Amino acid sequence: MNTSGLNGVMQNATALGEKSRACLNTFKAWVQLDSSNLSPGQQLSVKYFIVAVILFFAQILFGMLAATQFIFPGFLYEILDFSVNRMIHINAMIVWMLYGFIGCVYWFLEDESGTDIVGLKLGNLAFWVLTGAVTVVVLVYLLVQIGPGKDSSLWLINEGREYIEAPRWADIGIVVVMLIFFYNVVATFSKGKWSGIAGVLTLDLVALAGLYVAGMFYMTNITHEQYWWWWVIHLWVEATWEVLVGVIMAWSLMKLLGVRRKIIQTWLYIEVALMFGSGILGLGHHYFWIGTPEYWLTIGGFFSALEPIPLVAMVVHAVYDSGAHAFKNGNHPALAWIIAQAFGNFFGAGVWGFMHTLPQINMFTHGTQWSASHGHLAFFGAYATINIAFFYLAIQHWRGDVWMGGNSQNAWRWKWALGLLNGGVVGMTIALLIAGYEQSFIERAVEGSTWGGYFAAQNHPSFQSAMNWRWFFGLITFAGLILLIWDLLTIGKGETRKAPIIPVEE
Amino acid sequence: MNETPLPLWASESFWKKTAIWVTAGSFLILVVLTFDSLSQTSAGGKRVPAYSVINKKIDYQYKEELHKFMPVIGETELLFGKEYTEEEARQLVDLGKKTTQAKNCMNCHTLLGNGAYYAPDLTKAWLDKGWISKDVREDMMVKFLMDPEKNARTFGSNRKMPNLKITEQEAKGVVAFLKWMSSIDTNGFPYNFKTINAEE
Repeated sequence: MNTSGLNGVMQNATALGEKSRACLNTFKAWVQLDSSNLSPGQQLSVKYFIVAVILFFAQILFGMLAATQFIFPGFLYEILDFSVNRMIHINAMIVWMLYGFIGCVYWFLEDESGTDIVGLKLGNLAFWVLTGAVTVVVLVYLLVQIGPGKDSSLWLINEGREYIEAPRWADIGIVVVMLIFFYNVVATFSKGKWSGIAGVLTLDLVALAGLYVAGMFYMTNITHEQYWWWWVIHLWVEATWEVLVGVIMAWSLMKLLGVRRKIIQTWLYIEVALMFGSGILGLGHHYFWIGTPEYWLTIGGFFSALEPIPLVAMVVHAVYDSGAHAFKNGNHPALAWIIAQAFGNFFGAGVWGFMHTLPQINMFTHGTQWSASHGHLAFFGAYATINIAFFYLAIQHWRGDVWMGGNSQNAWRWKWALGLLNGGVVGMTIALLIAGYEQSFIERAVEGSTWGGYFAAQNHPSFQSAMNWRWFFGLITFAGLILLIWDLLTIGKGETRKAPIIPVEE
Repeated sequence: MNETPLPLWASESFWKKTAIWVTAGSFLILVVLTFDSLSQTSAGGKRVPAYSVINKKIDYQYKEELHKFMPVIGETELLFGKEYTEEEARQLVDLGKKTTQAKNCMNCHTLLGNGAYYAPDLTKAWLDKGWISKDVREDMMVKFLMDPEKNARTFGSNRKMPNLKITEQEAKGVVAFLKWMSSIDTNGFPYNFKTINAEE
């Protein structure tokens, strides 16, 4: 071995290490954040938020690559194929939202329980393990991509199941990390004090972690496999995640506006009853066409049609409380994003979901861009927004509870980020809806869903122009995200006014 | 503060109990239905045929009395000129299923309508007219899977499936899996699908 070459490499590596450390220090000096403003739990929480934002960026980046391939199919062909870009697009989304939720819970855990987090060291360790695992999984997605048709591929590379593609080893890691998180939540509330919010959160996390296990098995029978796969996907995003957001929203409204705990918790129970009452059996709307019995057409159609009701309740809750408190609060961007959440959740998950949930309609919309249209508005409206609201709450506290309002210096940034992100996603939703309608008519109704029919719809000018518009609004969304990141790094810098303390009503 | 006591329906404890009962009740119903659905859909049942169905002719026709399209399983029609035992058929379909997962098919295609929308649905791919005629179908499918670039079928879209380094055995497995999947009773989805068997 050539030792001088090795020395050269070592020197380069050291130089690179020093250079990046210097860059990091310059960055730290520029952002001027004082971590002594944060409690130990909040310091852990912001780590989750930072990774969440990085993955959010990855989500949009790979979404743009996939959107480009719809217009120019030769783009990155056999380098980063559509399947790879699309997988990273949706996986980064699921994972950043989970990071955001875990961050939110760690943020308010000490406050809500009235004590220190019991297993803080363990929580930190779990964060690094999870982040390391996510990095390895993404690198394997990018560099290895696919494997032979053997179990080893499913264990090490990719399970090939939409949304939960992570290889089996990572599944096990995710479960372990979730158990550590769950332990921290339960042990901390047990040591401190329990509350209605704490109880709902704990039971929801049991369900959330338990359901993931349902998706960890390989089956030859695709009907069985998709049956359990939907247990994870649906019961996560249309049940347990919604309740988790209800919990986070409840705590935020109490802190931001000072709403009375009794009202908050009563609303939370109403929402849980409506959410689980409609969402658990609403699972049936995924069991129309996968080989499962006919009774799911009735059960799934009926209960999933009720799913918008809790979302209406959430809009009423957020808007009523904001109005009743005359919008008085010290963090305008956070409140704006919470209002965006209430409406985004209602329209994206509620209205857009309802539009194609009845089997008579779904027969023609199933497996078309309708789902993509619904998916974009629902995931953004229900989950991205609440996380962004929390990012603003976190950064405010990190800056030392300074005033963040509509009249702050550079307030245009958060306003424009809010407008561009919401406008971009709504634009993509409409473009995809047009594409979905066109597919339902041409591919499904007229052509009877043959491959020829599929391509007749894909080649149609109205579909192609919809894809161009989707790309354009994707770019708007991307611009909004970049502005959002810039704003999160700089908002409140140099602000001397303190945010008013909003007392919680008796 | 002087508060009049809340009526029962507006109280926290009432809604707490309601939330618990509604959740537990719904979940219990789901569990019962899950047992029933899984037993009705195990391979070899009426809705999901045994894997050895790959030895048979499969079609998909409108049933007047049911008002929907249903799979029709006919007489013997061997796949790759071989009659498979139940176990051999299961192994071949299993290899195909595993290959579709390892190659990440679902992030371009849909299977039973679920997946991504960049490439056509595979639910009834075995029966699709795109394979021109029944005589050339098997051979064409295997060749296409092994080298989709050279045997590209883009239907004027310029979208080409990438080469996923699928071996011949894996390709045969995928074809068997697709043939078996096309025999599943999917409650009439997709509607109005004309198969390769249909008279022009």
